[in-house]
Amino acid sequence: MRIEELNQESEMLNPGHNACPGCGAALAVRYLTRALGPNLAIVLTASCWSIIAGMPPLTALKCPILHCPFPSAGSVGSGVRRGLNAKGQHDTTVVVLAGDGGTFDIGLQALSGAAQRNEDYLFVCYDNEAYMNTGMQTSSATPFGARTNTAPYPLFKEGQKKDIMQIMAAHGIPYAATATVAFPEDMEKKLKKAQEIRGFRFMHILSPCPPGWGTDSSDTIHLSRLAVNTGFFPLYEIVNGVSWKMTCQPEGKRTPLKEYLQNQRRFKQMEDIRIEALQEEVDHDWEALLEKIEATKCSD
Amino acid sequence: MAYELMSGSQAAAVAVQRVGVDLVAAYPITPQTAIVETLANFEGRGELGGEFVSVESEYAALACSYGAAAAGARVFTATASHGLAYMHEMIHWCSGARVPIVMVNVNRTIGAPWSLDPDQGDSLSQRDTGWMQIYCSGAQEVLDTVMQAFLLSEELLLPCMVVFDGFYISHTYEAVDVPDLEKARAFIGPPTFAAQVQPEKPANIHALITGDMQADLVRSRHKTMLRAPAVFKEINQRFAETFGRSYGVIDSVMPPGTKRVIFAAGATAETVRWTLPELEETGMVQLRMFRPFPREDICNLFEAHDIEQVVVVDRNCSTGMGGILAQELQAAIYGMEKPPAVKDLILAGGIDLTPDMLIRAMTETASVDKVEQKWGVDLR
Repeated sequence: MRIEELNQESEMLNPGHNACPGCGAALAVRYLTRALGPNLAIVLTASCWSIIAGMPPLTALKCPILHCPFPSAGSVGSGVRRGLNAKGQHDTTVVVLAGDGGTFDIGLQALSGAAQRNEDYLFVCYDNEAYMNTGMQTSSATPFGARTNTAPYPLFKEGQKKDIMQIMAAHGIPYAATATVAFPEDMEKKLKKAQEIRGFRFMHILSPCPPGWGTDSSDTIHLSRLAVNTGFFPLYEIVNGVSWKMTCQPEGKRTPLKEYLQNQRRFKQMEDIRIEALQEEVDHDWEALLEKIEATKCSD
Repeated sequence: MAYELMSGSQAAAVAVQRVGVDLVAAYPITPQTAIVETLANFEGRGELGGEFVSVESEYAALACSYGAAAAGARVFTATASHGLAYMHEMIHWCSGARVPIVMVNVNRTIGAPWSLDPDQGDSLSQRDTGWMQIYCSGAQEVLDTVMQAFLLSEELLLPCMVVFDGFYISHTYEAVDVPDLEKARAFIGPPTFAAQVQPEKPANIHALITGDMQADLVRSRHKTMLRAPAVFKEINQRFAETFGRSYGVIDSVMPPGTKRVIFAAGATAETVRWTLPELEETGMVQLRMFRPFPREDICNLFEAHDIEQVVVVDRNCSTGMGGILAQELQAAIYGMEKPPAVKDLILAGGIDLTPDMLIRAMTETASVDKVEQKWGVDLR
């Protein structure tokens, strides 16, 4: 997409916000609000965006943002949706915005409850793979092998990143999709598709974090693209929990994972044996994803 | 007049149905379950007038209520004991956010170990969260107070907790005068408070602010809550004109020559009321509004009757200090010209207060001035 192709009039992110340079989350929310606005209400849980949004009376977005406590996002979203309905505002799109902590960890119960009830809103997780707002501590979205301030060298994050997409698919929700900032057209298409669907919708957006990942702020898009091309973060969608579809294939053969890891400080001292282990995990998950996609094609 | 036999819990649910709410988000817990079930039954019969949603936890119940109230909806929820404790973060958040919410808490001891008796420690330990709290001593009072709480909460933009004892109130059936539906809805009227979330209005609602800004908000909330007794009295005056009943922030019985009073909140107040004729020169004060604490009403009453001694019935205990109502009362009367001596009868563990126990306690308390605290279990 070329910058002149952007519709400036539908821009919802105000000039001036508190994000770090090169913040993937700021970019993700910019795309998100532009795709879904202007009749939009955002429920925002404790996360980097609590700061990015600015201090009242200032605000970074041209729509209401209702802040809420860390574990509560999924439930507050339910309340706002039902409250707006009671006031006759059925046409307003309600988006719950949470980081990986507010989705994978402390917010999981509320997320699961809302998904199970098929609440009529879109839950968006911008995933920067650790508690970045508090200074990079491990979350269950942190990938294997990464170093954080709660897993400093010689420690490293043990255990796999939680597979939030499979968890959401298991809820049988109408729509779930992954997206990342290097592929704005793919993200926008999914957001607009999600907006047209009634019931619970979930978007998992990988959002590079320069200070947390230890990368140059100019590398955000490059890393986001590498995450997709290595198969570390495939772009796909799931309809009704059963119908899986790849939306954006890596060009040609998948790039070796090492290329994605090598310029990030969080993986700097990662031993080759662990890089291989993570590569194996990515390969395994990739094959499992392809199987689900093939199975969907067969059943169509 | 339409008297119906119902429990305290049913009375709370009927009040909510009479008011007409947009949303009830709730989670079951003993001894509150009958409230949730009764409201679900109303929903099933199409008589609730709003939505009922079963959520996955008490925390979710209050979080969902917060979201809906922020969008301008009238909401109700109910809980008890561990459920209330689990809500704690949201309880603070809702008052800071200045959303009107009415919540019933049915008192039950918090573990460990597991316990079912109605210790008031669950709600009293939410004292400093910025919620108004009103304690009820019977099913009729529950019904009327829940209805009134909506008006109070929406007028002051502060959440309000209506509290009553598990089992003694929640599960005890009484004849209750149920207001006519249309008359009740006309009295309450539709919600008129402004929605915080208005899609056409960009706003950064309850976002991070400075300490100075927070200080202003805390002072404003405090001053607003201090208006509650006056607003509550006004609501009760109108309620009396329409339904023929009214309540105070405190309700008292002062027989001629009263020099000492028994001070109680919730179901024990009813026991005190019935035992009063057995006791000489003894009056009673039923504390209904606990937050804000009705200091002025209490001091004026004590001064007018030259009260020399107050025996506080505390079905709770703040470990390391004693009964919570006694502490509050002592703080409230400090500065009176002749403050009465305060004795404390502690029924921690939610134990029952029988008339015999009360008579014995009053006899012993009258003769032993130095005993500040007496334990209810020693009087069994």
